[in-house]
Amino acid sequence: MRLFDLSFSVKLPVLGAVLIIISALGVSSTQMIATYAALKEDLRVNSETLSRALAPTLLQDMLHDDLWHAFETVSAPTRKPPGSTQAKAETLLVVDKALNIFVSSHPRTAPVLVALSSLGRDYAALGEQITQAPRKDAYTVELPASNHLYVLTPIADDQVRFGTLIIVIDKNLFLPRFYAIAGYGLLAALLVLILLLPINWHWGRRMALPLTQLTERMGEIGKRLPASLDPELYNYGDELGRLFSVYNQMLAELHTRAEMEKQIIQSERLAALGQLAASMAHEINNPLGGMLTAIDTLKCHTALDPQTRKTIDLIERGLSQIKETVGALLVEARLKSRHLNSQDIEDMLTLIMPQAHKKNLHVELYNGLNAELNVPATLIRQILINLLLNAVEATLPQGTIDCYITPENGVLYMRVTNDGKLPSHEQITHLFEPFFSLNDGGHGLGLWVTYQIVNQLGGKIMATRESELMKFTLEIPIEASA
Amino acid sequence: MSRFLLPISNIFHHSCLYLVRALAFGAFALALSFPTCGATTEMARPAIRFGVTPAIVHDQYGILDLWRAYLERKLQRRVEFVSRDSYRDTIDLIKEKKLDFAWVSTYPYVYLEYRHYARLLATPLYRGRPYYRAYFIVPSSDTQSTSLLQLEGKVFAYADLYSNTGYLVPRYFIHQAGKDENRFFSKTFFTWSHRKVVMAVAEGLADGGSIDSFVWDTLAVIQPDLTKNTRIIGKSEEFGFPPIVVNSAVSKRDASAMRNALIDMVNDPEGQALLRQLNIDGFIAGTPKLYANVARLQRAFGER
Repeated sequence: MRLFDLSFSVKLPVLGAVLIIISALGVSSTQMIATYAALKEDLRVNSETLSRALAPTLLQDMLHDDLWHAFETVSAPTRKPPGSTQAKAETLLVVDKALNIFVSSHPRTAPVLVALSSLGRDYAALGEQITQAPRKDAYTVELPASNHLYVLTPIADDQVRFGTLIIVIDKNLFLPRFYAIAGYGLLAALLVLILLLPINWHWGRRMALPLTQLTERMGEIGKRLPASLDPELYNYGDELGRLFSVYNQMLAELHTRAEMEKQIIQSERLAALGQLAASMAHEINNPLGGMLTAIDTLKCHTALDPQTRKTIDLIERGLSQIKETVGALLVEARLKSRHLNSQDIEDMLTLIMPQAHKKNLHVELYNGLNAELNVPATLIRQILINLLLNAVEATLPQGTIDCYITPENGVLYMRVTNDGKLPSHEQITHLFEPFFSLNDGGHGLGLWVTYQIVNQLGGKIMATRESELMKFTLEIPIEASA
Repeated sequence: MSRFLLPISNIFHHSCLYLVRALAFGAFALALSFPTCGATTEMARPAIRFGVTPAIVHDQYGILDLWRAYLERKLQRRVEFVSRDSYRDTIDLIKEKKLDFAWVSTYPYVYLEYRHYARLLATPLYRGRPYYRAYFIVPSSDTQSTSLLQLEGKVFAYADLYSNTGYLVPRYFIHQAGKDENRFFSKTFFTWSHRKVVMAVAEGLADGGSIDSFVWDTLAVIQPDLTKNTRIIGKSEEFGFPPIVVNSAVSKRDASAMRNALIDMVNDPEGQALLRQLNIDGFIAGTPKLYANVARLQRAFGER
């Protein structure tokens, strides 16, 4: 897996951390480089100042050949001052005109009278510099591949040069100070890191979590509809926040569409079933009518022995049963009927009340009808009685049935709600199919008939389950008064 | 030798151990505070002026002040210590009769005695005897040299131009060996103090040096880190210990009073404590014969 393939929940905090660390290191190292340069410059300036201060004294010592005083003079700066961890210089040398040591702070390594060039490569190079390019003032020489700085100062009066003071400084003399300063710098950087890294980590996760969830949810689309995202997870107005709301919007639309598709499929199935049932009923009714007529004729005009009559009766009852069943399937809503009025509704309630009382049910009715409506009263009464009886059947003792009926916006709106024994979501999708019964007693045609009637009246019926309530909602268009 | 002199014992000429100026001012201030308290006739007389150069012992000022107070009580006279940083100054003060007594080095003593500017008053006893000598030292890193004569062509540190053990003795030694003492070393220099001779040799600035045995022995006790970096390769003959001299102008009565006070120091606890701090054992009357060999050295260089 490549680095950039990692999840944002890892990548964002890590990248943030890397950037913070790089920044901290960058600032620290810039500061260190600047400090290093400044300390080195300080060292050079201090040493040149020291050499200018010592030169006149050493001139007197050379003039009077006062070796001891010269020694005291040059060895003082090589001693650590009280309270300090380092001396001003590593070594001080005074050479005469012939480049022999007049005095040095370390006579063991640079004894009196020896030639400067015999002290090593660096000193030989310095000797050449002194003879070939003499200067009037103190100056600093940095030799290649040397750990030392050399401050050369002429020891001279106005005219004559008597010798040269060489101050040898360890280039790393200021390193302890540098390390101390660098240490503080690093400590500060570390504190910043300790402070910033957790903030960065939290912020990175905070940014990445919504993205991660969004990605997971989006990945589910196609397989099933994912849950919506909690808007509180990221309720800001930036691109991510907008992505969130767009996602939730899209999800809502997907849900609506899926719901619609489900309803279309269901109504198409029911329509197909209705057609099939009607066609079959017609096909069965025609020969059935003939058979019943024939039997009736046979019974009236022929003397039949008891055995035969018994058989004929049996056949007649069977055929009648077929006729009833087929008749029940074949819902004919084209009956002429009077208009619906408020009393029709009250009647239906009255009809079911005995049964409701038996189960001690609480029945609530809102009857919004205050005038006759141009909807067929017989059919509406049939629909209502079906729904109410179903509700009484399903409701447990002490339960509640709510019936709400009112005309609005050109439709008759009816709603029957009950609690108690509720069908499953799967069962609900088959409620309106013929011979589908939830209890053993029923023939399973009540809701089928209801559906067919509603359908033929050009209305809509919906069965939904809302929490612990079963709800039937109907809308029957009211025909404009003739 | 035209510039010939020195104040008190060259032994005591050690800049880092004493506070020359402070001492001079201190002694002067203390001396001034006494005239008012003189009740006796003796105390009414002018103060005795005693020339000193700082001694090697630590806490110099305190010791000398205690010693001065001790002498005042013993002599019943005001005593004023006069400290000078250079041998030359002390000799001049004696010549000009501005000092009644002085503790001087052997070399100036011989000079002053010979010219009758001053007389021997008392000689200190060091390790029970009135003698000291010169040590010839080299850095301890030099493990080869066994004699001063092996240092030919080297760098050599002298203490003082007017020092016996720090200048005259090594030069005489070389002279006696038939060498030219002025060209024997490739380079010589003065440190103006015996102690600094030890430092110069210990640091390797000089390949050799000559030093007062009293100084070296005392340093070996109080500053062993310094002396352990040096090695003694030769010792000279013994010389009379740097003495106390009395100006020729001082009356015999006053001189003997001072001599008795000094010699009696060993007899009382306070005097003994002072002697311990001065790192000497006492004073004896002494005799010029003790210093005869110093005179011989001077004669060898035609300096008398």
